[in-house]
Amino acid sequence: MDTDHGLATSIETQKSGGASSLRSFALPSRFATAALLTPPLAWFLVLYVSSLALMLVTSLWSVNGFTGLIQHQLTTSNLQQVTSGAYPSIIWRTVLLAALVTVTDVVIAFPFAYVMARVATPRVAKMLLAAVLLPLWASYLAKVFAWISILEKGGALNWTFQHLGLPAPNLGFTNGAMWLTFSYIWLPYMIVPVYGALEKIPKSLLDASYDLGASSWWTVRHVVLPLALPGLVAGSIFTFSLTLGDFVTPLLVGGANSTLLGNAIYDTLLTGGNLPLAAALAVVPIVIMVVYLGVAKRLRAFEAL
Amino acid sequence: MKHRLLRSGQWLWVSGVLVFLFAPIATIVLFSFDRSNIESWPIHHWTTSWYSVAWHDTAVRQAFVLSLKAAVAATALALILGSLAAFGVHRARFFGRDTISLLFVLPIALPGIITGVALNSTFQWAGINLSLWTIIIGHTTFCIVVVYNNVIARLRRTSSTLFEASADLGASTGQTLRFITFPLIATALVSGALLAFALSFDEVIVTTFTAGAQNTLPIWIFGAIRLGQQLPEVNVVVTLVVLIMLIPIAVAVRLTGRDTMSSRA
Repeated sequence: MDTDHGLATSIETQKSGGASSLRSFALPSRFATAALLTPPLAWFLVLYVSSLALMLVTSLWSVNGFTGLIQHQLTTSNLQQVTSGAYPSIIWRTVLLAALVTVTDVVIAFPFAYVMARVATPRVAKMLLAAVLLPLWASYLAKVFAWISILEKGGALNWTFQHLGLPAPNLGFTNGAMWLTFSYIWLPYMIVPVYGALEKIPKSLLDASYDLGASSWWTVRHVVLPLALPGLVAGSIFTFSLTLGDFVTPLLVGGANSTLLGNAIYDTLLTGGNLPLAAALAVVPIVIMVVYLGVAKRLRAFEAL
Repeated sequence: MKHRLLRSGQWLWVSGVLVFLFAPIATIVLFSFDRSNIESWPIHHWTTSWYSVAWHDTAVRQAFVLSLKAAVAATALALILGSLAAFGVHRARFFGRDTISLLFVLPIALPGIITGVALNSTFQWAGINLSLWTIIIGHTTFCIVVVYNNVIARLRRTSSTLFEASADLGASTGQTLRFITFPLIATALVSGALLAFALSFDEVIVTTFTAGAQNTLPIWIFGAIRLGQQLPEVNVVVTLVVLIMLIPIAVAVRLTGRDTMSSRA
């Protein structure tokens, strides 16, 4: 596990201990395993890993200003461009928003997951889980479009505020709208791993805490929260990673100052036709996620999934 | 007293979150029956005519067919490659097994835009024109994980003694596969396939970089919202997409419960 940065799957590797084996196949074991792994590995190595490698190399190429063709000569000019001009502030805004969305989802998800895991009966917990999984999988664009409708000037949010005698928030097409939409769309991704972590806490630990005279709040703060931390970090991997690469929500829900890293990559490649610079920009979320996963591993987050 | 207050507070929070999760989706469905072509809340006049407009729109139809083709092909490929990968990693006892399992989940651990740009680099470099096939390649790459995670989660929860018992009682490899392994993992396979289909049918970020000038349904929706055109029709189309996705998702949730999440994550 020490060399591992994986998500859900690798965690299960560890849980199963790796000792149990499936000796049902009569074929020589190593040969059969290799035969099973060859097609999917070939797909990943030929199409995915080599593409990632090519993208990294492409980030060191450039585009000829006159012909628009890619010049296969190594240069660091793209990487320099990424660290200067407008890009650092876009990167900063993206990371800040990802962090804000993550915190928001933690605050909403924790009490909900706590009730699911520790208060509700198994039957109700199962229903609540389904109620979280359905919106998790429901169409992404439908959810984005829903928030445009709700937040725009004549939308339900302004209407509700006005009918309560409050000033209209006019959130449509602002960074606030983007924050709300992201927090909404990624919320189920936070609830599920936190629920998983909370559910695993043995009841005897909580009983012991109460028996020793601790209050509910003290128990939550000093017993439940530390044990839920891996789940919280696991959820934050999704909220963070998904926000880092998104260009659809900022473009559709955001406003004038809502350009994120994803938009910069999208514009550079599809509007500007500058693949080398787009590739250099795409290196940024990779670096951020590698650092983030490294920290998450130290916090033992992978065991919570 | 304090305890009861806390309990009702907890359930109030749960109800609030449930409303938050479902109200936006309900809004979309309601607006698809709004007669006005400029949306505003509340809805005053109702109609089903936008459904007929969307039904007769050839651009929507073509996009729907393209999405369907891509999703079916990607699901089929992912089902084969993902279950092979799950069986292989589950059996593997060698050094590097964790690296391989990391490799299979990488397309969803990293932001989707990276898969998109990376594949786009390769297609440009190799001079491959963007087509239905390039869409399928992109979708298969991230759908494999869905099947892989579903199947491997099931394999790990299945006791190996069942397979050993089968072999000890004289069953051949083929018989064990047919009568023991397959029935045990069948629901995981079905669930994985349904979720892969849903994921592919709805995907927009990777598709943006692998579709070129073609419109899948999500790309059509994205374009229409961005240009602010045909919005009443968009309402109808996203409502239909939600409905189309709801069925496979509900079945998958029923079949595999919690694993439904880990397959995306």
